[in-house]
Amino acid sequence: MYRYDEFDAHFVSARVDQFRDQVRRRLAGDLTEDQFKPLRLMNGVYLQLHAYMLRVAIPYGTLNARQMRRLAHIARTYDRGYGHFTTRQNIQFNWPRLKDVPDILAQLAEVEMHAIQTSGNCIRNVTADHFSGAAADEILDPRPYAEILRQWSSLHPEFSYLPRKFKIAVTGAPHDRAAVQVHDIGLQAVRDAEGNVGFRVFVGGGLGRTPMVGRLVREFLPEADLLAYSEAILRVYNRYGRRDNKYKARIKILVHETGLEELKADIEAEFAEIRDGVLRLPSSEIDRIAAYFAPPAFAAADGDEAVLEAAIAADPALAAFAARNVHPHRAPGYASLTISLKPIGKAPGDATAEQMEVVADLAERYGHDEIRVSHEQNLVLPHVRRRDIPAIHAALAEAELAEANAGLVTDIIACPGLDYCALATARSIPVAQRISERFAAPERQREIGDLKIKISGCINACGHHHVGHIGILGVEKKGEEYYQITLGGSADENTSIGEIIGRGFSYDEVVDAIEKVVDTYVGLRETPQEDFLSAYRRVGDQPFKEALYGTA
Amino acid sequence: MKALTANRLIDGEVVWLGRSGTWVETLAGARLLETPEAVAEAEAAGAEAEAARLVVEPYLIDLVREEGEIAPVRFREKIRAKGPTVRRDLGKQARREVSAA
Repeated sequence: MYRYDEFDAHFVSARVDQFRDQVRRRLAGDLTEDQFKPLRLMNGVYLQLHAYMLRVAIPYGTLNARQMRRLAHIARTYDRGYGHFTTRQNIQFNWPRLKDVPDILAQLAEVEMHAIQTSGNCIRNVTADHFSGAAADEILDPRPYAEILRQWSSLHPEFSYLPRKFKIAVTGAPHDRAAVQVHDIGLQAVRDAEGNVGFRVFVGGGLGRTPMVGRLVREFLPEADLLAYSEAILRVYNRYGRRDNKYKARIKILVHETGLEELKADIEAEFAEIRDGVLRLPSSEIDRIAAYFAPPAFAAADGDEAVLEAAIAADPALAAFAARNVHPHRAPGYASLTISLKPIGKAPGDATAEQMEVVADLAERYGHDEIRVSHEQNLVLPHVRRRDIPAIHAALAEAELAEANAGLVTDIIACPGLDYCALATARSIPVAQRISERFAAPERQREIGDLKIKISGCINACGHHHVGHIGILGVEKKGEEYYQITLGGSADENTSIGEIIGRGFSYDEVVDAIEKVVDTYVGLRETPQEDFLSAYRRVGDQPFKEALYGTA
Repeated sequence: MKALTANRLIDGEVVWLGRSGTWVETLAGARLLETPEAVAEAEAAGAEAEAARLVVEPYLIDLVREEGEIAPVRFREKIRAKGPTVRRDLGKQARREVSAA
């Protein structure tokens, strides 16, 4: 993985010193809250319901064992013994004290991590497919490009005060696991007929109060033009994006209000000006960055598979785990493992310091020192030898991390919601927990099959409810929590925004309603292989409406 | 009936303006504001505490008496007063009354 060079190390440690001084000045009274707030936000520090919250960037969701151990150490030393992995592939600590944050940032800098640009109206942490560099269906590893974008966008002076935040996601596979079409810029790496690398470029996707699917603006952007074209998009957005209303300030609104063709022409005109300038990426630079992401030396052997098969035959729990949490790897004899942070009845995305350390140990021992965070709030060991899966599974089971539910009904995305978040209007986590408990039986989950439930505790949609096969949005109505259900959303290569099925449900009713939706699907599917989304797209919302509200 | 609440600057702890004018960590110790004069006085104390860098962004909340105990009207404020509903081991609900600030 990428290692900081001298420049990276210097600027991150300089930033820690700068923030330490800003905190000192705030506590000494030299800065008011109005002056300090944008400074703390630039360093990932929010003030939430119960305490400050620190959001730490995990670039494109990739980290190593040393970094994971450091996160565990921070959780234990400065927080309450756990962290929350988010849909942005970041981690949030829910209880840090302001006075400790400079020390926490110094600890992070020692392991090449920081919280810069995890908040504010700037280019946020670039996200990527969590199976990058490993997936069997991948055309190329998107992480070198994500890293190039990270370097370009870090402290970019022109783009530090954008109209609103800006999110970029990259995938290198035709099956989109990075939700690129619901990002401000979505990039899908492709090869042309001659084998040249380039990107399909989507602009103006996003969730929040105005969900929109990104529009294709380039069928093939040559890799050399990645930065110049991105800069052209950002420059057009920075110039024309609305600043009068924060709810209309994202680039998706600009695309919508300007019209795709006119905006594309603006982008192309800007691009024509700068494409042959300093931002043109020489292949030597791409190669230099790509070298950091060179695949490890894979060393599977004949007989590996027999070891795994024998273990599976002897252990039904392992068999269930292998059936759901093992993803095909491009190297023979290898696999990517999903470590579910969705044990039945637990808060989605939460991991204790001890669990983080177990994952770090396993990554080091069996996984070429690599860990990923998925936007679905799980962890991933991208490169494990299939023969080692039984041993890894046993260690995970001991740490209560072996839930065999990847992609199933209990693998729920949920934002922190009203239990923690100052913006939330309703709770998310306990709704996820109750749904998880309702569908706890493994055989029932397997029978239901692939199903993505996503829950947000407010209209800002951190829980991606718009793109859940079943989405749940918590709102406040007359002082009570109410939950609106959407059906038919998806964030893959066939992205769609879910549709509201009807009136909302109370906190007490919502789990029954979800069960009705699921049971209705199971009753109407043509075959057990027809998944929820396919069935919904075939039959529409009518049967679900009838099940939920009756025919009247 | 109202109370004045804020987060403490140095560590983010949820606090309420207390009866003696200090900021307290539990709602039970909050000064109850039952007249416009009491509200105005509390708001002045809040502005002063903000200027003195004790607290951040103080604001008023509505309270009711529920079974003899004071409770916030809004669910959000109930959660702030206790801690996450999903982690009874965290937040104020997990500890005994302490004074603060």
